[in-house]
Amino acid sequence: MSAALLYALTGAALFAIGLAGLLLQPHLLRKILAFNILGSGVFLILVGLGQRDGTIDPVPQAMVLTGIVVAIAATALALALARQLLDLTGQMRLPEDRSDAEPVDD
Amino acid sequence: MTDFLDPLPWLIVLPLAWGTLAFVLGPGRGGRLAVAAIALQGALALQLAGQLIDSGARVYAVGGWGASLGIDLMADGLAVVMLLLTQAVALPLAVYARGYFAASPKGRELFWPLTGFLLAALNALFLSADLFNIYVTLELLGLAAVGLVAIAGGTQPVTAAMRYLLATLLGSGAWLLGVALIYGTYGSVSLAVLTPLIHSGAPLAVPLAAALMLAGLLLKTALFPFHFWLPPAHGGAPAPVSALLSALVIKATFYLALRLWLELFLPLTTVAAAQLLGALGAAAILWGSVLALMQSRLKMLVAYSTVAQVGYLFLLFPLATQVPPAAAESALAGGVMQAVAHGLAKAAMFAAAGSMIVATGRDDIGHLGGVGVRLPLTLFSFGLAGVTLMGLPPSGGFSAKWLLLGSALETGQWWWVVVMIVGGLLTAAYVFKVLRRAFLPRAAGDRVARVPRTLEFSAFALALASILLGLFGAPLLELLAVGRAA
Amino acid sequence: MSDPWLPAMVVLSSLLPGLIIFFLAETRIRLRTTLNLTGALVKLGFIGVMLWGVQNGREYVFRHTVLPGIDLVLHADALALLFVTLSAVLWLFTTLYAIGYLEGAPNRSRFFGFFSLCVTATVGVAMAGNLFTFFLFYELLTLATYPLVVHRGTDKALRAGRIYLAYTLGGGALLLIGTVWLYGLAGQVDFIQGGSLSALPPEAAGQLQLIFLLLIAGLGVKAALVPLHGWLPMAMVAPAPVSALLHAVAVVKAGAFGIVRVVYEVYGIEFAQSLALLLPLAIAASITIIWGSLRALFQDDLKKRLAYSTVSQVAYIVLGVSLFGPIGTIGGLVHLVHQGIMKITLFFCAGNYAETLGIHKVSEMDGVGRRMPWTTLAFSLGALGMIGVPPLAGFASKWYLGAGALEAGMPWALAVLAASSLLNAAYFLPILHRAWFKPANDAWPDEKIPQRGRWETAPLLLIPPLATAVATLATGLFAGAAFSPLSWVELIAVREYLAWIP
Repeated sequence: MSAALLYALTGAALFAIGLAGLLLQPHLLRKILAFNILGSGVFLILVGLGQRDGTIDPVPQAMVLTGIVVAIAATALALALARQLLDLTGQMRLPEDRSDAEPVDD
Repeated sequence: MTDFLDPLPWLIVLPLAWGTLAFVLGPGRGGRLAVAAIALQGALALQLAGQLIDSGARVYAVGGWGASLGIDLMADGLAVVMLLLTQAVALPLAVYARGYFAASPKGRELFWPLTGFLLAALNALFLSADLFNIYVTLELLGLAAVGLVAIAGGTQPVTAAMRYLLATLLGSGAWLLGVALIYGTYGSVSLAVLTPLIHSGAPLAVPLAAALMLAGLLLKTALFPFHFWLPPAHGGAPAPVSALLSALVIKATFYLALRLWLELFLPLTTVAAAQLLGALGAAAILWGSVLALMQSRLKMLVAYSTVAQVGYLFLLFPLATQVPPAAAESALAGGVMQAVAHGLAKAAMFAAAGSMIVATGRDDIGHLGGVGVRLPLTLFSFGLAGVTLMGLPPSGGFSAKWLLLGSALETGQWWWVVVMIVGGLLTAAYVFKVLRRAFLPRAAGDRVARVPRTLEFSAFALALASILLGLFGAPLLELLAVGRAA
Repeated sequence: MSDPWLPAMVVLSSLLPGLIIFFLAETRIRLRTTLNLTGALVKLGFIGVMLWGVQNGREYVFRHTVLPGIDLVLHADALALLFVTLSAVLWLFTTLYAIGYLEGAPNRSRFFGFFSLCVTATVGVAMAGNLFTFFLFYELLTLATYPLVVHRGTDKALRAGRIYLAYTLGGGALLLIGTVWLYGLAGQVDFIQGGSLSALPPEAAGQLQLIFLLLIAGLGVKAALVPLHGWLPMAMVAPAPVSALLHAVAVVKAGAFGIVRVVYEVYGIEFAQSLALLLPLAIAASITIIWGSLRALFQDDLKKRLAYSTVSQVAYIVLGVSLFGPIGTIGGLVHLVHQGIMKITLFFCAGNYAETLGIHKVSEMDGVGRRMPWTTLAFSLGALGMIGVPPLAGFASKWYLGAGALEAGMPWALAVLAASSLLNAAYFLPILHRAWFKPANDAWPDEKIPQRGRWETAPLLLIPPLATAVATLATGLFAGAAFSPLSWVELIAVREYLAWIP
């Protein structure tokens, strides 16, 4: 098994763990962490598969750097929303989807 | 120096700049700046369209670096049609938003900066020439859109924003994984480089990447059964935001799905997959329309209508896959026409709905009585937008339906004809549900206030545009054909 | 002004006033009335110019490309002008009538706005130069009439509106499928004399029959062919001017006129005959004629009786169309005009009875002839015309229809006509008998407009029915004169059949 494939498979496993967490964990912090794990999995695959004959390809490295910046921004927004939700409802989880029946807020 | 005046980069730089400035200037002056800047963007998009008609599709290397190291921008007919739609929807909505936030100021501070970023992301997305660049624009678009949903505060909008954020992050995660697989296989993310490389015998990673990217886009476009996040997000946001999201944001991801399917992954497409996409579209049309009919809140009705109308867009896939070229072109024209018509009409409809809610002070279809007397122009706009959504002539929606029906009959796929006709009748049912109530006299105890003139006229401008598109749609289709192999 | 713009101006002359009227305040009565009447008169002026031109062999075509291969075409040929003139003249009378009828009622700006849109759609239907354009105005007519049906906002009106929409939008959907299919098969099909489909290869015959079925079913909804007629009696809840112009003339005629266009100018009468399409159409029309008359017999509500009578009478046009031969064509087409004039008279009168004395039912009409002699005289002329008494307008139609049936070798159609005339007499003569010869009851149901000197009711309500009643007499008496409906229709028939008679 080549190193590249090993990286890729590990990345895929991380992606799967992240996906499961995102879908199954009700707690918002866990969901946000799960999204970061999912993202890390993708970055690993990008860097892992990006190697050619042992030499390092700079382009995926640049992409991952950009991706990390984007992920941090997304995480920050998610945390801000989660915090707001905690203030509004006292809970760190999404309420049941009752949007059809909900009364008007304002 | 000619480079400096090229409209391509300015379409991205301008909204970024005024979005940032609006943050500093505050909502009053920021809003005025936005209206002026969007008008300028519209002029730039028109100039670009003129260039394309004259001399064909074009590429622009940002900073003169060229691909692989630098970033390329690419403008063909399809991209410019979407650019025109974006500016055409954004301008009346900006005028509308100034009036709307004057009447109900919740969230007005953040509206203009986020809208600037949203428009920059949209314009950049349509002009992107590589898969990774598209990823960045997708994320910027998603974050700006989520922020806009949450600006008014309150449990329902913030919950909707959170749900929307998780869905959109998952969608772009899937996209990026696909990009990683593609880069691992071919060592490039440039659309121009990749398109000739991908063929039907590509390694397994490539179809896997295609499936992941497409699935991510379907989630972001809210195609049935991935529509769960859309109605609360679009129904709960302030009206100008709902309008921007329903008219433009989901169109951006649809546009990407279209590019992948018709260009990059064309050799990998199968009739079965296309029929599956069409079937999801059909389910969206029926399910979305029925749920729209069951809503008691006006904006939720309009939001479910979006779920249904997204379905029409995906009927284009079975109609354009492995059929004679003429039928495929007619299907593509119909699908894009539907995207444009729905963009204009849905923006008009959300804007009109917002005015009615401001006027009656509540979001309830049962209390619309008297609106027809007090806000005739708004109700007329809602009706005109409804005509487009129903696909009745003369309107952009009708032209779209005509083209799609024609291509369905030509390729013998009569089952999509049935879906479109039934969908049109269901649309009529929920549109007239609103119109009927609004025609009734005002009930005792209800109030219907006047709203600022700008609210009424901007909604009307959008609705009128969606109708006129049906009479003057030919130049748009001519533009669409630029850069496509005949 | 160049020729291509004339048809467009005819459409715009009611569209623009209509759009302006929408946004006028309720109280701007004078401006609204001026706009309405100016629009109606200007339209008549343009039509007059075109009538003269077409008589002398000119053509007026307006063409605008909407999508590649799809044009919006307005074509003022002789057939179009027949229907355009009818609608425009009756629009003028109905507008006058409506101004009197709705005096003091709420939401008049909305009413007249949509009313103008309806006329716009009707003249568009009349001048449509191909099926695409026809469909466009046909659906516009649906949308513009709906607000008029539900105008009163009562539960009954809303229910009628819902049913009206369900029928007409459903019919529109069938028409759309048929049209798109035909475009896919034959390309853009402009309406031309003698039709254009006979050039298609013989393998397409099966598809063409199916398309014909779709088109006729879609058009049959508005033409109220049995069993697609259910909306028409329900729509009678609308105000009287709406029933008079729209449901007696514009909407049902749009359907019937569409059938005329499809049979003569899309398929071509000879080609339709060779595809064996005409006999089923004739049978459907005959069933409608008899069924409508039978149902009319049992209605006590005056407007509903008139509505079923419309169902029956409009099918005469369809019957005339499906009789293979020029004489039947003349009968069908001339009835398009004659029925319109007679039926609008009857509806105006029904509206007068309801507005003046609160009479809605036949059983309340005893002795009304003495209280409202002029209205009842107009009503009698209309009713006798419907029965086909010479020399009124209806006689000429029935004469040509009967002769056409014999010429086409369908003597059974003659029996249908005879039976229907008897039924017409059976549901109209008792009304006349009650009105003229029975003594009046002690009090009218709800007398709203008292007798004022010579005026039995408001002048604006009385003049239009008298005018159309005179027209009923005149079109019958002077059927042979130049520019009479009959001689105009003969001109059309000659052109229609010359196209294929070698």
